[in-house]
Amino acid sequence: MSEPHYTLYHPRWYRRRVSVWWWLQNRSYTGFVLRELTSVFVAFFAVVYLWQLHAVAQGPDAYAQFLARLRTPRFLALDTVTFLFVLFHAITWFNLTPKAMVVRLRGKRVPDWVIVAQNYAAWLVLSGLVAFVLLRGR
Amino acid sequence: MPSTVALTVARYRPEQESEPTVQTYEVPFRKDWVVLDALNHVKDNVDGSLAFRWSCRMGVCGSCGMKVNGTPKLTCATFLSDYLPGPIRVEPLDYFPVIRDLVVDLTDFVRKLKQVKPWILRKEEKPPAEGEYLQTPDQLETYKQFSMCINCMLCYSACPIYGLEPGFIGPAAIALAQRYNMDSRDQGAAERLKILSEHDGLWQCTFVGECTKVCPKHVDPAGAIQQYKLSAATHWVKSLLLPWGTR
Repeated sequence: MSEPHYTLYHPRWYRRRVSVWWWLQNRSYTGFVLRELTSVFVAFFAVVYLWQLHAVAQGPDAYAQFLARLRTPRFLALDTVTFLFVLFHAITWFNLTPKAMVVRLRGKRVPDWVIVAQNYAAWLVLSGLVAFVLLRGR
Repeated sequence: MPSTVALTVARYRPEQESEPTVQTYEVPFRKDWVVLDALNHVKDNVDGSLAFRWSCRMGVCGSCGMKVNGTPKLTCATFLSDYLPGPIRVEPLDYFPVIRDLVVDLTDFVRKLKQVKPWILRKEEKPPAEGEYLQTPDQLETYKQFSMCINCMLCYSACPIYGLEPGFIGPAAIALAQRYNMDSRDQGAAERLKILSEHDGLWQCTFVGECTKVCPKHVDPAGAIQQYKLSAATHWVKSLLLPWGTR
């Protein structure tokens, strides 16, 4: 005798499997996965930076070689893509901050845009400082 | 304006089929009809075997959550006129086991909700004779938004993390935990944090943010979870720096 196919009054649930392509279902899922992917590029920038420190420690010749490597078209292309991803990472990060940071002043919640604007302002000031330090000697 | 609109409904009759199928019904189009009205029209006049949950018809009970054209919606607040010319696809909520047609099993959520202790916890309960625990309107305002949750499960259906990691406690349960943490009358934050800082708690959330977008009551579960993460991290740093202070 074969197994009964359906038992009366006993639930036989249907569970749908999550598709591997779930992140293409709507735009915000895709945006989310891209944002997660930016971590790879952020890590890549960090590795390049470590490589640069290593080259500096090795002396002027090694550093010149490092700079020459950075100027190859392949590296420039990779750097451009990396920069775009890091920019995407920074912008989405700033835009999400008011969700996590709720600041109350005199019992009233500080509006989201104020918190976002402060992040961008800090970003500008810090970038200006870095530019100042780098370009001062020129 | 059309006189009818096609409603493509997911069917699952476990006594007949091993996988869901779809069935299309032609329903009258009315400007003031929501998807739930169309489903009830089918149930009353066309096919009495169609199964779905509903109760209040006014966005309070949280029973009629389904996917409409792929997006989790309360069908009592989703107008047919927004989906013209159709067909309108109605499916059960994602990630929950389907019992029949549009009815899903919510046992998993109910179990998780209980885990986070969504009620006021006191270290020591004061006797009723001493009166209520008082609260100012400002104190109420800090958590009121999170208390609007109606457990409709749209946020779970929108959360791919819940789909991929079924153990995840999930948006609504965490938002409700945060609702009690932020309540000035509650003293159970540390107890809840113990449960929510475990593997299936807070840190499973990677902030997709879709739960907040689909929430019909503007609870903002994604915000609640991120705020919870921030306070959990602050608590952890404090316990590192001042191990005697947080006991």
